[in-house]
Amino acid sequence: MTPGLATTVLAAGAPEHGGAVHYTAASGVFELSWLLIVLPLAGAAVLLLGGKRTDRFGHWVGTLAAAASFVVGLVIFIALVGRDSSDRAVSSHLFAWMPVNSFQVDVGLLVDQLSGVFVLLITGVGTLIHVYSIGYMAHDPGRRRFFAYMNLFLASMLLLVLGNNFLVLYAGWELVGLSSYLLIKFWEYRPAAATAANKAFYMNRVGDVGLALAIMFMFATVGSTNYEDVFGAAAGDMIGYGTITAVALLLLLGACGKSGQFPLQAWLPDAMEGPTPISALIHAATMVTAGVYLIARCAPIFNETQAARTVVLIIGAVTLLIGCVIGCAYDDIKKVLAYSTVSQIGYMFLAVGLGPAGYALGIAHLLAHGFFKAGLFLGSGSVIHAMNDEQDMRRYGGLRRLMPVTWVTFGLGYLAIIGLPPFSGFFTKDKIIETAFAKGGTSGYIYGIVALLGAGITAFYMTRLFVMTFHGRPRWSTEGADAKHPHESPLSMTVPMILLAVGSVAAGGLFIVGGTLSDWLAPVVGEHGEAHHTLSPAVVTALTLVVSVGGFAGAFLRYQLRPVAAVAPADSEVSLLTVAARRDLYANTFNEVAFMRPGQYLTRFLVWFDSVVIDGVVRGTAAGIGGLSGRLRRAQTGYVRTYALSMLGGTILVVGALLLVRAG
Amino acid sequence: MNSVPWLTILLIVPAAGAVLVALLPKTAGELAKRLTLAITAATFVLALLATIAYEPGEPGFQFAQSYTWIEQFGVSYAVGVDGISLVLILLATLLVPVVVLASWHESEQGRRSAGAFFALLLALETGMIGVFAATDVFLFYVFFEAMLIPMYFLIGSYGSPKEQAQRSYAAVKFLLYSLFGGLLMLAAVIGLYVVSADELGKGTFDFAALRQMEIDPGLQKWLFLGFFIAFAIKAPLFPFHTWLPDAGAQSPTGGAVLLVGVLDKVGTFGLIRYCIPLFPDASDYFTPLVLALAVVGIFYGALLAIGQRDMKRLVSYTSLAHFGFIALGCFAFTSQAGTGAVLYMVNHGLSTGLLFLVVGFLVARRGSRDVEAYGGMAKVTPLLAGVFLIAALSSLALPGLNSFVSEFLVLVGTFTEYRALAIVATTGIVLAAIYVLHLYKRTMTGPLVHEENKLVSDLSLREKVVVAPVVALIIGLGIYPKPLIDIIRPSITATYQDVGHSDPAPTVQIAGANTGGNS
Repeated sequence: MTPGLATTVLAAGAPEHGGAVHYTAASGVFELSWLLIVLPLAGAAVLLLGGKRTDRFGHWVGTLAAAASFVVGLVIFIALVGRDSSDRAVSSHLFAWMPVNSFQVDVGLLVDQLSGVFVLLITGVGTLIHVYSIGYMAHDPGRRRFFAYMNLFLASMLLLVLGNNFLVLYAGWELVGLSSYLLIKFWEYRPAAATAANKAFYMNRVGDVGLALAIMFMFATVGSTNYEDVFGAAAGDMIGYGTITAVALLLLLGACGKSGQFPLQAWLPDAMEGPTPISALIHAATMVTAGVYLIARCAPIFNETQAARTVVLIIGAVTLLIGCVIGCAYDDIKKVLAYSTVSQIGYMFLAVGLGPAGYALGIAHLLAHGFFKAGLFLGSGSVIHAMNDEQDMRRYGGLRRLMPVTWVTFGLGYLAIIGLPPFSGFFTKDKIIETAFAKGGTSGYIYGIVALLGAGITAFYMTRLFVMTFHGRPRWSTEGADAKHPHESPLSMTVPMILLAVGSVAAGGLFIVGGTLSDWLAPVVGEHGEAHHTLSPAVVTALTLVVSVGGFAGAFLRYQLRPVAAVAPADSEVSLLTVAARRDLYANTFNEVAFMRPGQYLTRFLVWFDSVVIDGVVRGTAAGIGGLSGRLRRAQTGYVRTYALSMLGGTILVVGALLLVRAG
Repeated sequence: MNSVPWLTILLIVPAAGAVLVALLPKTAGELAKRLTLAITAATFVLALLATIAYEPGEPGFQFAQSYTWIEQFGVSYAVGVDGISLVLILLATLLVPVVVLASWHESEQGRRSAGAFFALLLALETGMIGVFAATDVFLFYVFFEAMLIPMYFLIGSYGSPKEQAQRSYAAVKFLLYSLFGGLLMLAAVIGLYVVSADELGKGTFDFAALRQMEIDPGLQKWLFLGFFIAFAIKAPLFPFHTWLPDAGAQSPTGGAVLLVGVLDKVGTFGLIRYCIPLFPDASDYFTPLVLALAVVGIFYGALLAIGQRDMKRLVSYTSLAHFGFIALGCFAFTSQAGTGAVLYMVNHGLSTGLLFLVVGFLVARRGSRDVEAYGGMAKVTPLLAGVFLIAALSSLALPGLNSFVSEFLVLVGTFTEYRALAIVATTGIVLAAIYVLHLYKRTMTGPLVHEENKLVSDLSLREKVVVAPVVALIIGLGIYPKPLIDIIRPSITATYQDVGHSDPAPTVQIAGANTGGNS
């Protein structure tokens, strides 16, 4: 077998465990992979430095930069497909970044099977959302800045997935956080937007601490932060179990922050303060899935530690439930979609937590979700646009006739997320549930049942959302102070929606049927091996369908067949679970009580402590030494200035005197 | 070009400029400004040329010159630079012309003339270059104390115009604090001289000779403390910091930039140049203490910054946190942490310098340092807000900007030696995000609540020229810091090797590990 042979040869000198990881040096089109990042970065630079002069055509520059990056990505991807399957990891060195003796960090890019599909997702969906934003932001005075930040985001996200070492990944990781921050607070004159942006940055930074420490652990352990060295050492069983588990858990902390997973999920719903195209691109399709990318990329590390994988599984399971339970309680269309994202990423975590059996499934669901959730968000943006920025679904209703394109494209995304065959969510989610059961043992049943339950609740809240928005009687009026005149969105918005809807229909089957994606990714994340089914796949599929239909029926009975109140029922009229869900299951309350308030008290105490105790001791000491305190208080007299200066002069005299004594 | 006496030239140009500007008539304010700008710009160009002439690979001091000054006491005029002092001279000479241009109008609002302001600035520049260039401990001490005088007058005469009493208080507090530290250092300097007379037969202040001595460990501790406390006050480190918020708040903008950007670096520079090489045993002995103070400072400074309403005090406290990182890097004794610490000194000068400049622009427009006087400013001053944000992001060490490189080097270098401390210090990056983005949020975002803020103008052309080079360096050194690292690294490596510290090896040896790039 050629690949095996090649590995053995290259692993010469490595211990007998083998497992060396080798990347080929870039040549041909792969040498141009830096263009992927530089194109959108240049777009951002032109728009930000060009200032108002570029207002008129800025959105075209931004869109063109994104599209050009997509074209380069496509060319590179095709070249990747054309290579031998054992030789699809192509690394290019750009320049030395932090060379300090044994710590050698370079800026370098890695195009392989995993980063390749991400490049297509990011630039493809990214370009569509740029196009959509031309229409969506047409009347916003800051449109140029908006496109600049979106380009900056594309560059950062591409850096994240293309980096060939952990420091470059970290740079991309924090820079997407910056783009996210800038775009959440895009309308920063709204206090809620500014607050949400800061919250996102803070909570992300908590995760970033984990990622940073993981990198330090790697360097201290193997003396390198390159994927090749770290993964080679991990796969070669050279790192102790304790260390590798610590590294994996720290990586996981980073992943939780970026991907809005428990316990760092509270920022993501607030991030909906940003313009809707951003919710689609950053807070649904790409950035928030970076945590899943990180875990899949670090498969050689997670493969070595059952303990860390168990934590990933638990976090995935808990978050998927949290997300869908809260998703049932909100009436704000974007918040529901945001919690839906939290929940769907929970599925992806669950998948990658299953180890080699699940990495490719997690990525498949990630890609499928990228299409349908971006489509759903763009659809919601279309609705919000049509309804004069109204986001309360209780004020919607009956929009299907007025917005047929939005209705159909949103509908396809909806069918994809609830997992109706043959839409894409069916294939990807069903596979995850099946593989969770196949994990075996009691824990396999628990994860399987949680995932199954989640599918039912997803069907419930998404049906609720869909019906409340597009069906039933209108709960808005064309007259009065709050008059609405819903209308279909312009072509620049509907065309991206249509294209994403096509993706929502087709993607899942394409990835899953025949194991296309798992075969493609196998060299990066490992072979998935033979599954030992505790429940036959057919039974799991049947169960999933029954549960989903149950969820659908529940919502249909309640929101389609019965009138929806235009005002949400009071807390006293709803169940305790709903009350808790309306309060984000008290996540914010917890953060406030556990961190924010104690932090405020501590800060206030320290301000007092610094001025009274520390400075007091200093002033007291000064008084003790030379009665300076009283003089300090009379500092304004001018007398003390003279005194201090004469003291300086005195010091110099003393120096001279002492020296004289010494010399004598 | 190594025969060119770069350092003496670098000292003479601003010194002669100071005399020249001081001699101008009081009415020639405009001429004084232009002349100072030209002189300081020329000094920076000279420093750049010196950097080009510098050979990073060569060990020891370069451009060295030594002339006997006071023969009886072994005092010499001796100058020379290694990579550590060279980058700090570069930083100082860069920031001075920036400050000159930034102080164009502020210099006219003091108790003394604009000409005097610029003469003081030039005198200060001479002191700053001298303190980094001196290789005679006594000469170092002279520059160390001499810097105080112009700084004192800059705070006292040109500081916050409306608060005369607080201004004087701040200036005197700064002076007394520094003098106290200087006195302790003086005692230690004399102590060193005494030891050298015993050990070498002839008393000397020559740094190279002094570092060859084997000083009794017990005595080392006392001498170390004399230097250390002076530097800990200067830097400042917790708990010697309480003069800094007062001085930072009351200084004129340009003064604050130089005070925190460069003058304070003399403290951290002193740790690495004097404390460690001269007193290696004492440095080892006190390492736990210094590291503890450093980590406490990171959190203490950050939390106090969060609690401030006065913008300039806030920025001063953020510096306390940053100095914690720098001290941590100096005393972790790995080449990564040490290189990171010196790079951090440069980067902190740029990022905090920019932060002080932008805050100064705001204060100049509205006459208030109180955060509450602002809010929603991004709407009226978008460009100023953008520069503010860049400074803020640099302060929180965002990758892609300068500070990230230095902060990560400090942390990763500390991690390999002191794992637990590095873990604790790393969590400080969350607080850094909070103090600086919270400040941005309070001043720049939200609705424009104050009527008078609606008429505030955005950055002027002069102000754009002031911030442009700093912003460019903040981004440039974030992406490509290698030129500076290549200058600093050999000197740091040599410094630590001389005192018997080498980098710990990774716990796992990977065969044929790729150190950078592709295999």
